[in-house]
Amino acid sequence: MPVEIPKDSWPGSVNTVTLGATGDQGGSRTSTVTIGGEQSLPFMHFENPTPHRPVIAMEVAAARPADWSAVLLEAWGSTLDDPAVWARACEDAGADLIVLQFGLKGSDDGPVSAEFAVEVVKEVMDSTGLPLVVLGPGQAEIDNSILVPIADATKGERIVLGLCEEGNYRTIVAAAMANDHLVLGKTPMDVNLAKQLNILMTDMGLPLDRIVMDPTTGALGYGIEYGYSVMERLRLAALQGDAMTQLPMLVTPGVETWKTKESKVGAGIPDEWGEWAERGVNWETLTAVALIEAGADVVVLRHPQSLVRVRAAIAELTASETA
Amino acid sequence: MALSGIQIYKMLPQTNCKECGFATCLAFAMKLAAKQAELDGCPYVTEESKAALAESATPPIRLVTLKGKAGEAKAGNEVVLFRHEKTFYNRPGVFIRVLDTEDDEVIENKVRTGSSYSVDYVGMELRIDGFAVEAASGDRTRLATVVEALRASTGLPLILVGSDPAVLSGGLDKLEGEAPLIMGADTSNWEAMADLAAGRGAALGIRGGSIEELAQLSEKIKEKGVEDLVLYPAVDSMSASLALNTQIRRLALKNFRPLGYPTIAFAAASGDQGRESLMAAQAICKYAGFVVIDTFAPELIYPLLVLRENIFTDPQKPIQVLPALYEINSPGRSDPVLVTTNFSITYFSVANEVEGAGLPAWLLVTDAEGMSVLTAWAAGKFDAESIAKAVKQFGVADKVDQKWIVLPGHTAVLSGELEEELPDWVIKVGPREAVDLPGYMRQVLN
Repeated sequence: MPVEIPKDSWPGSVNTVTLGATGDQGGSRTSTVTIGGEQSLPFMHFENPTPHRPVIAMEVAAARPADWSAVLLEAWGSTLDDPAVWARACEDAGADLIVLQFGLKGSDDGPVSAEFAVEVVKEVMDSTGLPLVVLGPGQAEIDNSILVPIADATKGERIVLGLCEEGNYRTIVAAAMANDHLVLGKTPMDVNLAKQLNILMTDMGLPLDRIVMDPTTGALGYGIEYGYSVMERLRLAALQGDAMTQLPMLVTPGVETWKTKESKVGAGIPDEWGEWAERGVNWETLTAVALIEAGADVVVLRHPQSLVRVRAAIAELTASETA
Repeated sequence: MALSGIQIYKMLPQTNCKECGFATCLAFAMKLAAKQAELDGCPYVTEESKAALAESATPPIRLVTLKGKAGEAKAGNEVVLFRHEKTFYNRPGVFIRVLDTEDDEVIENKVRTGSSYSVDYVGMELRIDGFAVEAASGDRTRLATVVEALRASTGLPLILVGSDPAVLSGGLDKLEGEAPLIMGADTSNWEAMADLAAGRGAALGIRGGSIEELAQLSEKIKEKGVEDLVLYPAVDSMSASLALNTQIRRLALKNFRPLGYPTIAFAAASGDQGRESLMAAQAICKYAGFVVIDTFAPELIYPLLVLRENIFTDPQKPIQVLPALYEINSPGRSDPVLVTTNFSITYFSVANEVEGAGLPAWLLVTDAEGMSVLTAWAAGKFDAESIAKAVKQFGVADKVDQKWIVLPGHTAVLSGELEEELPDWVIKVGPREAVDLPGYMRQVLN
């Protein structure tokens, strides 16, 4: 029985964005990462090939994280004491990107400062050749006070700076424009809020191929369905041709799942939850793969075993390019 | 074929009597076409029109119900490709596979643990749905023995997996009066399998490596009188499985009847638990009606069942808890008032943390239309006014002497306005995440 397979033909596509710059390109990275470019829904190879596979970023904290799950502390060991060593370990483990996350603390438990931040970024860039995403602690004044000097000190590297949010994007966008960097915009699980921030940022003159968007992740069990559906709607809108939704999406299953009780807590929990470390990895990988199926271009993870599993799933999902 | 709103309108009385609850017959017809209203809403529609509309209302994906001695598992009746378009209806049944070549004790153990497993998730008891028994021995008597032993431990619905109808009939002998799934028919055995399924009142799974093969077999089998069919796109990779399941769902929703059946996925991955978990996750998100896995491990089953619950939550109706003042650990007049929204997951996250830590508190849940804190705040459903309103509505001031109210950290920005709304209260800004509440309460509130 001949059956005609329905194929979607979309007028729009996702922007292609390249993160990082090599020596030839005005930076110092040994490799760059290109994401986006999709002309179809995720992995519909019978319509169009996946132009660039989703990539995995590993999160590295600028100062040893105080509140991470013991499962993560055990998995990474003393690596966590030095962001440069940690970033190198992520590269060796097969990460595509490093997300360098600053908190409120700098060296010796003092407040984070511009000098400290620039130094950490430089050390990390010396130890790994991967492209970087650099995120401030999420408080506008402090974010601006460290991201601007970081942007200045790394001109031409095509680092992704963030977070740009509705209340604080101007300074970061300006710093990115002046120094050939990119930005990450984050909005709280809403298609229109995402579009609005993208409009505001591009109005400043930042080209669309230098913006990545984070539509906000809910962890498995804690609202994943909201983020999942917002991502599906954003991607459908992008393919339908709405320019302000055509940005590649970065999501953070690592941050979100490792703060849930299921991943963070090992004692005093029900037997039905099963073994702790494996549960934590499942929580992170199931969240990541569900969001990859919804259109994620970058997933930011924390556990090295999650990296291995999600990488294998991505390889399998993108394998049949030629089939 | 599905009818358009205009086609349906022509079959309605066109009197605009409004008794259906819509302003005009045309408005009602449009809702019918969008499957957002039921024809029963019209008291005056003719029998003739009813019959014509019923035909067009046949669900694009047949509802297939597997019945065990106790419990059933339903799949099908889905009407959309994306959950935000309406909702996904029937949670895919999660089945655990056992082989009849395994030791009796191994099988017994897996089945007992699996069928008694139950985990609490935001007040719901999540469970698996049944077992798949694979006739790996190829021995009719052995399969019968295993199925009989299994029925002594569990009443949950079963799937019998094998390619020889004579062998499978041995297992079916032990399942009188049930509706198991036989898995299944392929190009070589479909006639005998169809006869077997028809004779035993079983649903029949069809195995095929392509859309054409599946469609062709389903047509032939349907002609033999078996209508409860399940499609198994038998491909190895996650990519091929995603493509076939998507194509089947798309064609079914276009009312291509030969593919209008639920699908089944086998996530078994020969010992690689990581791959198995992610294949099962994909099957849950992308269109499977039944998911079979090999591993029964709580640390895998729990997140899979939660994923299923999340993806199949009706996006049109967020799960809400009743706005109220909740008591946690018998609070007294000097205990703090924590405030949050009535989205169930938000409520349970906060309540579980505080309850688990053994700390007494009043938990004030405002009416935020079932949205989480950040979403509600962004949508203007969780602001100083609505919090103050809830404080008054639930008489919170009468319950406490020490008037401390704790805002979620993400909405610290509300504290100024809230001070104006509640001048007698001390406004405190709590942590951003529920998981940090116990530490905050011990350190800051004492």
